[in-house]
Amino acid sequence: MQDVLFYIFAALTLVCGFLVVANPFTRNPVTSAMFLVLTIMSMAGLFVLLEAFFLAAVQVLVYAGAVIVLFLFVIMVLDLQVEERRKYPRSAMLSGGIVAAALLSVMLAAMRELPGTTDGPALEGSTAALGGLLFRHYLLPFEMVSVLLLTAMVGVILLSKRKLK
Amino acid sequence: MNVGLHHYLIVSAVLFSLGVFGVLLRRNLLNIYMSLEVMLNAANLALVAFSRFNRNLDGQVLVFFIITVAAAEVAVGLALIVALFRMRRSTYVEDLASMKH
Repeated sequence: MQDVLFYIFAALTLVCGFLVVANPFTRNPVTSAMFLVLTIMSMAGLFVLLEAFFLAAVQVLVYAGAVIVLFLFVIMVLDLQVEERRKYPRSAMLSGGIVAAALLSVMLAAMRELPGTTDGPALEGSTAALGGLLFRHYLLPFEMVSVLLLTAMVGVILLSKRKLK
Repeated sequence: MNVGLHHYLIVSAVLFSLGVFGVLLRRNLLNIYMSLEVMLNAANLALVAFSRFNRNLDGQVLVFFIITVAAAEVAVGLALIVALFRMRRSTYVEDLASMKH
């Protein structure tokens, strides 16, 4: 059952990921954003299969909730005209394909070196275990991330002022 | 065949390559940015898979931090794109090549 679910979610992730980066039917950024939501949702499904329940919830809340809404806001603020006439340059398609294929083959070759995995007792990525680790062992990085978020917030407010002084 | 670490890593590698392909192919800054998000998600998937199959929660903590930093990065990046659009009235990379000459 879990294997079937894995194949379903993996196929969904890859198909929607492809439609995010290179949709053959439309060039509209809104469509890409919507397929990004689907990619992220199916990836949350993969996280559940990996028993990372907290991260699955965070993935849906932060990515599918906050990040995509931000993307859609910006797309609508910019009021872009979809310029269908702009074709992808053939050189970009070629070089992108070559680079992506080379990268993929390198990663797959590196994977062959991996030692076989041991299927031991399952690791519960439960909120309690993760929270204990986060607030004991990783307390300093946690606080630093909060400062980083504050900095990002101040920076965004400054950047979105009409006159930069 | 049982689904193991390799299956998840292959999905992650293919997704990462798709993101690279999108960054090189697309000409709209917003679409390039979405491809970057796809790449970040692929890295997250690899980390969670390693964490699960090595029975070590540290990988999941790292993914938590990556998601937080990615949210901050998206906010700043989109603010930059909006500021750029105000100056140049375009988000296509061909129109933003004034450093080229």
